[in-house]
Amino acid sequence: MVTFPGSNCDYDCYHVVQDVVRQPAVYLWHKEHHFDNCDVIILPGGFAHGDYLRTGAIARFSPIMREVVDFAMRGGLVIGICNGFQILCEAGLLPGALLRNRSLRFLHRPVYLRVEKNDTPFTNAYRKDQVLKMLAAHGDGCYYNTPEEIKKLEAGGQVLFRYCDREGNVTEAANPNGSLNNIAGIVNSSGNVMGLMPHPDRAAEAILGSADGAGIFFSMVARFAGLVVA
Amino acid sequence: MGKIFRVGKEARFSYYERVKGKVFVKKKAGVLDPEGATIQKALLNLGYREVGAVRSGRVFELELETENPKEAEEKLREMARRLLANPVIEEFRVELEDGVKN
Repeated sequence: MVTFPGSNCDYDCYHVVQDVVRQPAVYLWHKEHHFDNCDVIILPGGFAHGDYLRTGAIARFSPIMREVVDFAMRGGLVIGICNGFQILCEAGLLPGALLRNRSLRFLHRPVYLRVEKNDTPFTNAYRKDQVLKMLAAHGDGCYYNTPEEIKKLEAGGQVLFRYCDREGNVTEAANPNGSLNNIAGIVNSSGNVMGLMPHPDRAAEAILGSADGAGIFFSMVARFAGLVVA
Repeated sequence: MGKIFRVGKEARFSYYERVKGKVFVKKKAGVLDPEGATIQKALLNLGYREVGAVRSGRVFELELETENPKEAEEKLREMARRLLANPVIEEFRVELEDGVKN
């Protein structure tokens, strides 16, 4: 778990990893230059550096990001949630950008997501087309990329999650922020870096209204346990 | 020759003149700009019926310690590319303040 000044979901992620999926977790301060023995790097949600300039624009130059980029280049699993997704886009580890919500309002409510692909290290615990309930909490969540790049993402199967209604229909009405093609989560072309706008970390236990988000963490555990090939 | 400049509360000495520049950043055409659309609506509500499309953006004013305006402009472009603008969604132009000596 990387903590930037302004991260506020680092403890949520820590709790899910440590107490829900029961794996050892450590915090990494953004000024650190090294981390060892990490299987997964999580960039949590929040408002790193106050979202000044653009969301994620300053955080991407934090010292630890150089290590995170190296780690990703070596094939390490990196997941960015909400603000973490924005940071990964700014850092160039994921394609595209996240714009201000179409409504110009901060969006804070449960949303439904459809699993588009389950043969990945992040989604193997789900069924394809499974509908998940997670919590959205963002002001800049409108996924944007050029039409050519969107085409590439779609053709390459890089869209992992789409906003949908309760029944799994991907409709304009179910699009909470104006994201192109209802995109809520994507993976990079080599399949080891994922960004997701809604919070699996805030929907990982039944007491929170949904435990659907835990699947993402369990997927990564299953992958390291050798239970799945993806 | 050199000159004393104020940087916040501190005085700083520099051999260079300061060049002032501006970087204008706005969303590329085709990128959703809900702020611009909202401002447009507000202007129309105020009775400015001549208002057409409105695009929002931001301006950064910078001071650079350099004796060479050309170099200053190049530097501003580099800063815009690397940090001030996101090339996926934004475009920028730079401008040096008029009346720069050197």
